[in-house]
Amino acid sequence: MLKLPSTVPGAGAGNSMEASHRGIRVQDLNAWYGRLQALRSINMMMEPKLVTAMIGPSGCGKSTLIRCINRLHEVVPGARVTGSVLLDGVDIYAPGTDPVELRRSVGMVFQRPNPFPTMSIFDNVAAGLKLNSRMPRAKLSDVVERSLRQAALWDEVKDKLNQPGTALSGGQQQRLCIARALAVEPAVLLMDEPCSALDPVATMKIEELVRELREKYTIVIVTHNMQQAARVSDFTGFMLMAADRAGELVEFGRTGEIFTNPRDKRTEDYITGRFG
Amino acid sequence: MARTELDLKLKGLMDDVLLMGSLVEKAVEKSVDALKRRDLELSRKVVEEDNIIDRMRQEIEEKSIQVIATQEPVARDLRFIVAVLNIIVDLERMADHAEGNAKISLMMGDQPPLKPLIDIPRMAAKANEMLKNSLNALVARDVGAARKVCADDDEIDALYDQVYRELLTFMLKDPTTIDRATHLLWVAHNLERVGDRATNIAERVVFLVTGKMTECGISKY
Repeated sequence: MLKLPSTVPGAGAGNSMEASHRGIRVQDLNAWYGRLQALRSINMMMEPKLVTAMIGPSGCGKSTLIRCINRLHEVVPGARVTGSVLLDGVDIYAPGTDPVELRRSVGMVFQRPNPFPTMSIFDNVAAGLKLNSRMPRAKLSDVVERSLRQAALWDEVKDKLNQPGTALSGGQQQRLCIARALAVEPAVLLMDEPCSALDPVATMKIEELVRELREKYTIVIVTHNMQQAARVSDFTGFMLMAADRAGELVEFGRTGEIFTNPRDKRTEDYITGRFG
Repeated sequence: MARTELDLKLKGLMDDVLLMGSLVEKAVEKSVDALKRRDLELSRKVVEEDNIIDRMRQEIEEKSIQVIATQEPVARDLRFIVAVLNIIVDLERMADHAEGNAKISLMMGDQPPLKPLIDIPRMAAKANEMLKNSLNALVARDVGAARKVCADDDEIDALYDQVYRELLTFMLKDPTTIDRATHLLWVAHNLERVGDRATNIAERVVFLVTGKMTECGISKY
């Protein structure tokens, strides 16, 4: 689990450490790439052990938003953030927070599967563990098996753990990346369009997996596929780019409600395909 | 971004529902007209034509399922299709009530009329007015107009009360009229049901527009 300072400067008086504040709370979050504002005043709560989907047209800031949750945004030169993101009540932007440590708690899966090309299937999954700790080989094997099982890949790869990860199919590679993210036992799993490079069967497998992983992890998934958002998520956030190109959260609510009776006309226009 | 194909299909569904609605309206009108004028030929026609309405319901349902399967409608589009799927059931049942009246008329055959029919044609006219208004509210997506349809149901209930009391008086006075009076009572009951189904359609309009399921008025019967 994430080890962060227990007192959180600037996180708002008295509300940062209560048990009810588990999950991810985004408070007045703004993000910039140089002078271009990419996110404006985002406020939302991603509930623990539930799936939150972020939808919206290209450029609306959904990827930027989730990259702010594991502090990957600031890696881009000129990028900066104001506001706060509380993970289980702890501000991840508080001074003294180690971004590397944070990213162990907040795993991420990207659009295109990106297994380490020179590593075997086993080593791909073990990579994070080897980086962070000296674990005996036997223990390591246990974690790799557990992670591959969780990612619903074990049965397909158990006899070829020493083959390169890149030898797998696209869908398998993506599940390998999920296994790699799970190996370090994160609290949160961020998924940035995890199925956009996959065929429908592989997509269905990932969606099934998301439903299963929900029991253990807080999952945030960015997707262009609205039916996917409808199928896998419990909550949905809809984002749009304002006139100055900054991304704003237009509507956030239960997925069932968003897809049957959205409150905001812009959400309705987007999800019914009458946008722009 | 437009959704020409989906919009075209939704418009097609709306047109079909309106066409079906107008056939139902005619069936209700003809069934009471035939009864009033003792036109058995017309009654038979109403019974026959009910098949057309039944078929229409099936066709609209099939088209709706096609749209759901191929166009993945959500939000207001999905609510519209769900509304249509419910409305066509109510329309079909209204037509069945008209058919029922036609069958009663045939059953009565050449019995002498119990009395000149006044309130029953009024009930039919009111029921048809509610039907027409509910479908107009659907086209206009007008919640106010839909709620008005529900309120109008009280009028039809009041007429039904009146018919019931009158027929009861006949039966009490002269038990030989019981058979004929009961037939007319069934007719009145069918028309009262047509009114109730118009309020169902109105409730679907409220759902379509607001996304909230409501019973907009509880019928006395």
